[in-house]
Amino acid sequence: MAVCIAVIAKENYPLYIRSTPTENELKFHYMVHTSLDVVDEKISAMGKALVDQRELYLGLLYPTEDYKVYGYVTNSKVKFVMVVDSSNTALRDNEIRSMFRKLHNSYTDVMCNPFYNPGDRIQSRAFDNMVMSMMIQVC
Amino acid sequence: MVTPLSASPRPLPAGGDWPQLQRVRGVGPGFFCDTLNMSPTQWDFPVELCCRPMAFVTLTGLDVVYNAVHRAVWDAFCANRRADRVPISFKVLPGDHEYPKCRPKRTSYEWYIPKGILKTGWMNKHLNLVPALVVVFYELDWDEPQWKEKQSECATRVEIVRQSLQGRNTKVAVVLIQKKTPLPPGEDVIASERAAALCNACELSGKSLFVLPHTDHLVGYIIRLENAFYEHAQTYYYTEIRRVKSHKEFLNKTTHQLLFVRHQFKIAFFSELKQDTQNALKCLWIDDVWANRYLIVGICRLCFQHNTPLDAIAQFRKHIDLCKKKIGSAELSFEHAAWMSKQFQAFGDLFDEAIKLGLTAIQTQNPGFYYQQAAYYAQERKQLAKTLCNHDASVMYPNPDPLETQTGVLDFYGQRSWRQGILSFDLSDPEKEKVGILAVQLKERNVVHSEMIITLLSNAVAQFKKYKCPRMKSHLMVQMGEEYYYAKDYTKALKLLDYVMCDYRSEGWWTLLTSILTTALKCSYLMAQLKDYITYSLELLGRASTLKDDQKSRIEKNLINVLMNESPDPEPDCDILAVKTAQKLWADRVSLAGSNVFTIGVQDFVPFVQCKAKFHAPSFHVDVPVQFDIYLKADCPHPIRFSKLCVSFNNQEYNQFCIIEEATKASEVLENLTQGKMCLVPGKTRKLLFKFVAKTEDVGKKIEITSVDLVLGNETGRCVVLNWQGGGGDAASSQEALQAARSFKRRPKLPDNEVHWDSIIIQASTMIISRIPNISVHLRHEPPALTNEMYCLVVTVQSYEKTQIRDMKLTAGLKPGQDANLTQKTHVTLHGTELCDESYPALLTDIPAGDLNPGEQLEKTLYVRCGTVGSRMFLVYVSYLINTTVEEKEIVCKCHKKTHPKGVVLQTGESASECFCLRCPSVGNVEGGVATGHYIVSWKRTSAMENIPVISTVITLPHVIVENIPLHVNADLPSFGRVRESLPVKYHLQNKTNLVQDVEISVEPSDAFMFSGLKQIRLRVLPGTKQEMLYNFYPLMAGYQQLPSLNINLLRFPNFTNQLLRRFIPTSIFVKPQGRLVDDTSIAAA
Repeated sequence: MAVCIAVIAKENYPLYIRSTPTENELKFHYMVHTSLDVVDEKISAMGKALVDQRELYLGLLYPTEDYKVYGYVTNSKVKFVMVVDSSNTALRDNEIRSMFRKLHNSYTDVMCNPFYNPGDRIQSRAFDNMVMSMMIQVC
Repeated sequence: MVTPLSASPRPLPAGGDWPQLQRVRGVGPGFFCDTLNMSPTQWDFPVELCCRPMAFVTLTGLDVVYNAVHRAVWDAFCANRRADRVPISFKVLPGDHEYPKCRPKRTSYEWYIPKGILKTGWMNKHLNLVPALVVVFYELDWDEPQWKEKQSECATRVEIVRQSLQGRNTKVAVVLIQKKTPLPPGEDVIASERAAALCNACELSGKSLFVLPHTDHLVGYIIRLENAFYEHAQTYYYTEIRRVKSHKEFLNKTTHQLLFVRHQFKIAFFSELKQDTQNALKCLWIDDVWANRYLIVGICRLCFQHNTPLDAIAQFRKHIDLCKKKIGSAELSFEHAAWMSKQFQAFGDLFDEAIKLGLTAIQTQNPGFYYQQAAYYAQERKQLAKTLCNHDASVMYPNPDPLETQTGVLDFYGQRSWRQGILSFDLSDPEKEKVGILAVQLKERNVVHSEMIITLLSNAVAQFKKYKCPRMKSHLMVQMGEEYYYAKDYTKALKLLDYVMCDYRSEGWWTLLTSILTTALKCSYLMAQLKDYITYSLELLGRASTLKDDQKSRIEKNLINVLMNESPDPEPDCDILAVKTAQKLWADRVSLAGSNVFTIGVQDFVPFVQCKAKFHAPSFHVDVPVQFDIYLKADCPHPIRFSKLCVSFNNQEYNQFCIIEEATKASEVLENLTQGKMCLVPGKTRKLLFKFVAKTEDVGKKIEITSVDLVLGNETGRCVVLNWQGGGGDAASSQEALQAARSFKRRPKLPDNEVHWDSIIIQASTMIISRIPNISVHLRHEPPALTNEMYCLVVTVQSYEKTQIRDMKLTAGLKPGQDANLTQKTHVTLHGTELCDESYPALLTDIPAGDLNPGEQLEKTLYVRCGTVGSRMFLVYVSYLINTTVEEKEIVCKCHKKTHPKGVVLQTGESASECFCLRCPSVGNVEGGVATGHYIVSWKRTSAMENIPVISTVITLPHVIVENIPLHVNADLPSFGRVRESLPVKYHLQNKTNLVQDVEISVEPSDAFMFSGLKQIRLRVLPGTKQEMLYNFYPLMAGYQQLPSLNINLLRFPNFTNQLLRRFIPTSIFVKPQGRLVDDTSIAAA
């Protein structure tokens, strides 16, 4: 179960952020924003050969005392960031990967919507529902 | 930016004075039952744990003040203690120095109940008070005349040292300082005798007696000496370890848990003094959370020292995970947070220290994270302290002070002072407990938490800066700013917040920006900083702000109050006292007059008014007024009035025409919504039209809007000038424009005079171009022009203007910008009667043509002479002046019109031909052939006027090569052959000379042919006669085939070669394939 899910544009501004309503929203905004430091670094490392270009999952970005922050980047450099409670040991790398894949699919659906203008904030009920399901359901 | 408020623990220099042992307070039966309590102001770890311990050696008998030799010896010990020297800390003490007493040895632990784990002074004692080795320095040469007396004095000194050590295992050594360089061992008989005697007298082993000759090589001797000392020290620590281990055997596991830990720790400590860090590390990990709070620092330090940072991190994490859960007493939970903070900080320090010594850290694992976490715990501590220590002011600090001990120093680490000497299972008297907790809470209340938090945050900032984490850095700076805000240092808070704001703005994180701006607004309110207050308000009202409408309403109301020279209402959730001060400041600001105009450049932020300027066209003719619109849109919740709008241009003379002001009836503004044109309705786009007449001097120049100023408020109150550079746009608009451009969305239709904000594209500049000419220019000529001809062009200018054309000028000739050679070979003149030469120009400029009345027409004739063949572009350009009026203003316009005749092609038309026969005298071989002369044509156009001169054109005829041919050979053969059909070929040989020719003829066989005829023959051809040779070739292969080659050899003319022959006769022929026979069966089958 994620506590915060965010989609970040190529230019690093947020397209979508949702966090558990019970906690301080601002805290998660800061957390997602600061994680972009690591994402940037990983993306620039990707430019250098060696790394598999098809691998979109960036792995654990950085651990804090209470949360783990994971990253994923699409080919068009749109980033997905997911914050997970550190105490939640049920979520292993594989689960996180599959969650990101689901998120990516849903994002692709949003992009396919002819009424959606790429770069605008995501306001899609289907996407919302999918994100909510990932924040509630224990994978 | 922020200097740390307290120094972090650092390894201490060797040989120097050690700082006083940090006082560590605490009481209670020990680590096992309750949390540690230290004096609230001193949460530091024992400094001894944070640095690398070194063997302690004291030097006696040195008079470093008055004796130069002794001074030099001491300096050699102290100076340049680099890493390659042995780790010893030296101290000079008098010979009769009293060392700490050794307590009588316990023979049994049966009835002994320990009061704590470790006495607070223990580590210091072994680092700085109890030496591993005492060295007695004594000046004595081997040939000393009064040897007996000196020897006994030395022995006395050793005895005094032994007595002052009182039964400790400390080693003693003697160093003799000698003036003479010693002889090699064994040669000096007296020396070895006397040395043995001295050892005997002093009860020393031979290994503990050293000689230090005072010569040039002092440092070398000293290094050898200290290496020997180091060995002695290690032996000492080894025996100490053995001694402690021997105690362990007496211990009882159930009652002596504390002692187990104590002994384990002592062994680890001695091991480290012995520099056996592996063993130290092995012994240090004690499975006890409370004890580990101290020891973890030592453990991690050792791990870093062993260059196993991952172990250090893992150990630390393991410890923290255990530690996190043990909060201890709820009333003192802030102590737990304080401990956590301290441990993270200490770990950060160790990590940083290790990096300085060469460890490499990475972005996701650097000391910054530990400082950051330390800061979070410090914040938690602050929160807890705030709720737990909010005692009424009337609550007095308990008397007598339960935190005070008789000695002022705690006996054991980690004990509460009011429980000193009491056992864990005997949880003291509840009254005493209550008073103690109250005392701790009251002390905590006086702690300046913000300072600690800020220090930790600034440490973290420094680290994250190093490890490429700009956003993390910004986030920490925001937290620092907020902490300064809580600490009421609003100036610093504002400085930090203002610094990072632009990072969040440029990346478009509006929620975060709004949060920062809200704090910044509070700071600026509390300091009554007008300009900042206005700037932050402007942005918080803007479209980037995520505030709710009620908040925006409140801010807008405050902003309007400020503009009306009144005080704003306080911001919510501010400290009551600070608000009182602020209100006073604001009242003072109101009474102060002057400097009430604030100009705010909007390009760096996102204000609540947006502006776009748009010229109606990318260019304007000078005789029509220049028009442009200024679009304004407000994003605040309530309508807002502005008092003035002015536009500035690169040519400032236009500025005066583009101002609208509240007071004056601005006639320039044409279109306006009738109700309140100075009033911006939220969400509605307001269009203001401006126009002015461009100056004729600006023809061909660009007019640019350099800035737009919008004035809010007026000069009687306060006024804010919002200044847009160029044609509008702020920090967020470029991204918005990009999004709008990408969008396919169809916008809903609006009433005629309204526009969608997104659809407006800024056009901040326009070109001024000249008036459209009202004349026609015609060109009459008869192409093609011929080379060297005086080609005639007639230009006709017809005026359609309503007024007189003045000062007409004509420019005509070759269009510039073509091939440079054309310029030199083309000449233009007004006079056709004489041929023009090189001196004439290719382009005639500004030929005066006088005035022209309306409807009149003017003709001008030009002659062009072109020296080379090729097409040329000509240009005719007419310019004139005319008076005209624009907007009731009379201006003089300069108009011009260009005409380009089509490319002029030379040399075409009919052709005439003439034939001449030339006979060449036999001149033998002429190099380069024979010239055939010139052909001269003199001509004139039939249409040309009488006075046009006749032109002669000279054509040079080509050179020809003349050759002598003695024998003419030609061949008669059909145009093609056919496979397997005979091909008759006849060669004719004709002798054109006066000589009889002897001819040898041969035909070479070929794969493609069979042939019949003479294969090789020799014959004679008489002068003027012919000889024929007949062959019958029979082709074997189809295709383009080489004929059997005919070779002729003339005996009289060896120059006649087969190459020459090949020019007369064909060498190959096309052979068609054999025709298909008409086959009846194949037809039938088909």
